[in-house]
Amino acid sequence: MDTASVTLGEALAGLDRGDWSSEELVSDLLARIEAGNGALNAYLDVDADDALSQARAADRQRARGERAPLLGAPLAVKDNINVAGQSCACASRILEGYKAPCDATAIARLRREGAVFLGRTNMDEFAMGSSTEYSARGPARNPRNPDCVPGGSSGGSAAAVAAGMALAALGSDTGGSIRQPAAFCGCVGFKPSYGRVSRYGLTAFASSLDQIGSLTRGVDDATRLFFSMAGPDARDATTVTLPLPAPEACRREDLKGVVIGVPKEYFPSALAPDVRAAVLAAAETCRALGAETRDISLPHTEYAMAVYYIVAPAEASANLARFDGVRYGRRAAGATSPMDLYCRTRSEGFGREVKRRILLGAYVLSSGYYDAYYLSAQKARTLIRDDFTAAFRDCDAILAPVTPSAAFRMGEKTEDPVQMYLTDVFTATANLAGLCALSLPCAMNADGLPLAAQLIGPAFREDAVLGAAAALERAWGGPTGWMGRRA
Amino acid sequence: MTYEARIGLEVHVQLKTRSKMFCACSAEFGDEPNTRVCPVCLGYPGAMPAMNREAVELTALTGLMVGAQVAPLSVFARKSYFYPDMPKNYQISQYDRPLCIGGAVAIEWEGREKLVGLTRIHLEEDVGKSSHFGTSSGVDFNRAGIPLMEIVTEPVLTAPEEADAFLQALRQMVRYAGVSDGNMERGNIRCDANCSVRLRGETALGAKTEIKNLNTFKGVLAALRYEIRRQQDVLAAGGRVAMETRRWDGETGTTASMRSKEEAHDYRYFPEPDLMPVAMAPEQLAALQARIPELPRARRERFCRDYGLPAYDSEVLAADKAVADFFDETARVSDNPKAVSNWMMTEVLAKLAETGRTLAETPVAPRQLAELIALVDRGQINMPTAKSLFATMFDKGGDPVALVEQEGLAQVSSADDIGAWARQAVEENPKSVADYRSGKKAALQFLVGQVMRRSRGRAHPQKAAEALEELLKG
Amino acid sequence: MEQEKRANGGNEGMDVRHVALLARLALTDEDAELFRGQMADIVGFVRKIGELNIEGIEPTTHAHRVENVFREDEPAPGLDRATALANAPEQAQGLFLTPRIVE
Ligand SMILES: [Zn+2]
Repeated sequence: MDTASVTLGEALAGLDRGDWSSEELVSDLLARIEAGNGALNAYLDVDADDALSQARAADRQRARGERAPLLGAPLAVKDNINVAGQSCACASRILEGYKAPCDATAIARLRREGAVFLGRTNMDEFAMGSSTEYSARGPARNPRNPDCVPGGSSGGSAAAVAAGMALAALGSDTGGSIRQPAAFCGCVGFKPSYGRVSRYGLTAFASSLDQIGSLTRGVDDATRLFFSMAGPDARDATTVTLPLPAPEACRREDLKGVVIGVPKEYFPSALAPDVRAAVLAAAETCRALGAETRDISLPHTEYAMAVYYIVAPAEASANLARFDGVRYGRRAAGATSPMDLYCRTRSEGFGREVKRRILLGAYVLSSGYYDAYYLSAQKARTLIRDDFTAAFRDCDAILAPVTPSAAFRMGEKTEDPVQMYLTDVFTATANLAGLCALSLPCAMNADGLPLAAQLIGPAFREDAVLGAAAALERAWGGPTGWMGRRA
Repeated sequence: MTYEARIGLEVHVQLKTRSKMFCACSAEFGDEPNTRVCPVCLGYPGAMPAMNREAVELTALTGLMVGAQVAPLSVFARKSYFYPDMPKNYQISQYDRPLCIGGAVAIEWEGREKLVGLTRIHLEEDVGKSSHFGTSSGVDFNRAGIPLMEIVTEPVLTAPEEADAFLQALRQMVRYAGVSDGNMERGNIRCDANCSVRLRGETALGAKTEIKNLNTFKGVLAALRYEIRRQQDVLAAGGRVAMETRRWDGETGTTASMRSKEEAHDYRYFPEPDLMPVAMAPEQLAALQARIPELPRARRERFCRDYGLPAYDSEVLAADKAVADFFDETARVSDNPKAVSNWMMTEVLAKLAETGRTLAETPVAPRQLAELIALVDRGQINMPTAKSLFATMFDKGGDPVALVEQEGLAQVSSADDIGAWARQAVEENPKSVADYRSGKKAALQFLVGQVMRRSRGRAHPQKAAEALEELLKG
Repeated sequence: MEQEKRANGGNEGMDVRHVALLARLALTDEDAELFRGQMADIVGFVRKIGELNIEGIEPTTHAHRVENVFREDEPAPGLDRATALANAPEQAQGLFLTPRIVE
């Protein structure tokens, strides 16, 4: 067994065969974390004893003949998803000391299926960022090249999976926060449709955009975790009761009869040539697998970033109001009134990027500006949704880049917020429209950095995305095949 | 110069649900602080609201009762402001798409019926409760998240007493329909008032102030009286009333400007992304329509018509639904509805007031009260016996017929028995006899009392008086 | 010119101090200065939506809207008090403490 490259599916098969135990898997990962985390800062907190005791419990269950789809499978969890008894600080100072009283619904479902929770992964504070440089606990680094960012905000999860410190990890995706780091680090990042996976217990950033998803070493692992987590939840009114797709439709070997749309707005002149080449090569593979590719247009794409950077901060400004030092988390010393307490606690507790977004959100909602910004953005959001609705009349899934370039260098964009925001340009649309989307590694560039393609599917047609990704991955020689491809 | 006031009310009515508005915590009153809390009502990271169907239906039911339009689509919104008793630092409320629009509440005002127009009724969550010590305050979140219905009137009330009449009518209605316990002491009904004063004859409204912290009906009356006087004085002295929020202080009996609350008031409302809109289907509204009980006014009219009660009796009996229901059931099985009314208005209400209990908490059944009245009407027991019997029934329960039998309380009317007691009374009280004979007729009452005592209360009082008069004649 | 615009708060100026107060953030002078410029850039960036003709378009609040998602009115136990208070920075007598509220 090599935990550095084994997929979750292979690890589970090994557990079933008795090739190894969950305890061995977890010990192996813990050793890798011990050795590698200092350099990468992918994990914020790992309770080795707790992880091992969960693994042993799973092994005992297995020994008793019990079976569950994920029994003994270790998972890393982004620091914004509540796991009972663990910290859940969203990589922020303001939640120092906070212990989650309950599992998030997604965690509870994974736990019921036997998963073992390994530790908390690094992220941009409150998921606000695209590089994991805005973490109060220090930046994470890209395991493919430590001078580069791992992407964000789920950068710790992506780095842990890519570096062999986790077999799979959970992330959250509000504007690309799973797909972009997956692309930068070279793993499969999957964001299910909005409403598929309960957000209960995911610390909210932008409630109408957030969705829990996975970062894995292979497409089948994404499918596996999706089916374990998805489904309606009475505690999240935005989850849907629509039936899940057929699992076999998510495990395709060819793409016969499938129409793949290629939107021209996603290939602007500023797109890095290696990314363009990698995505177009993926389109070529689609055709080789029997798909038809078709040029499509999503005409309101150029407005997506403006819409996103109004809607998300607006919702965030309300969602983050609760961090006030009264009921949990950090409290500033010396306050003389509640007002003073709030101002001091929040000023000490939040980092600059979070403050910028809170300011922007409060501004676009404030009296006199609401119509011009927030309401207009909500209307423009309708146009973006309608673009996709129209596009999906002509195709089954959309193929596009995930990011304008491969991973950028540490510090390159931290001084210029707008430049940082623009890295979400190809990903935030799926959140605005509530679609499912997946980032699939395609090739290595000349610098040894991964390049990825994005598959976007209609809402609640996760099979369209997972099925196409499975076929592509298989065509390239399995989960590690992309590493041998050049662009 | 004469001034006239214009008053509008924002009334918060706590809905009678078992659980809170957006979480399953118990909505019951009381208990130790912070024992009815969960991640949702404490505003924990990741917690999400789940809408209580009953709270929505009770609000829509209220809308139907006041003839409001129940909106075909209604939306929840976040209202942002920071306060320690507010767990999320935003309140889930409704803004531009409330559940009910318009409608009116009928009140009696200046001898006539007046319709007080409503602007809207919306649904929101309550906040926690803080208490203060030394340099700190402590917050209990048991109340946080309890469903509140906010009823906003048009600024059409003209006097504090009219505002009071509106609140009484509203309270009666929500209690009738089981929408709220309407208990002011428990904070089930709280109220903010806005108030302006203008010269009589002017058409534009004057500058208004908003008065907060009106937690009792008496407080509303006193605060409005004070505030109207204050504004009149400002205007009479040539000044201008400042548009501001003022806080009523029940202890000093004054309102004072809340400047601290004025700072940067910008609620930044936006639609709540965590909740879906409410769209009441016609069938749902029809089902709610069927839940509307007979309302106080209709009931008063029916009591007069069907039971021949005077208007005053009907009003007293219909004021409280439990009382009215009890009366209704008793009167239906009794041959003497007027006597039932008398009993209800005197003995029953007095006993309830004295013990602080509700009718539901007493063992007396309507049928038993009707039987008790029948025993009196048939002359089987006398009134004093009936009253003491009722006290027993109220405290310990029991069937009046059986009790009369067990305790031997049946009224004694036989001339022999009464004659014997009367003779004893006359023999043993020569002074009273002399008084009576010398013209002090009141002495007879004393002698009747003696007969009653000897009979252990069972003697027919009229017959006893007659027997005594007969004896004393000679 | 650009510098000047930023110095007085940028295009029609987000009043950073005012918005910070609304959001209960106390900014250092250094941060206020930094944010003034950055917020002007960001606001200028999102102002792009002003170019769109959105007349008559329905706003999207939910990516997928359904109606009438209710919970039945059934009480269930929440957190026990010790757990609820365990996360509190300061508590006494079962209450969450704050500096004194002045009404
Ligand atoms: Zn609760």
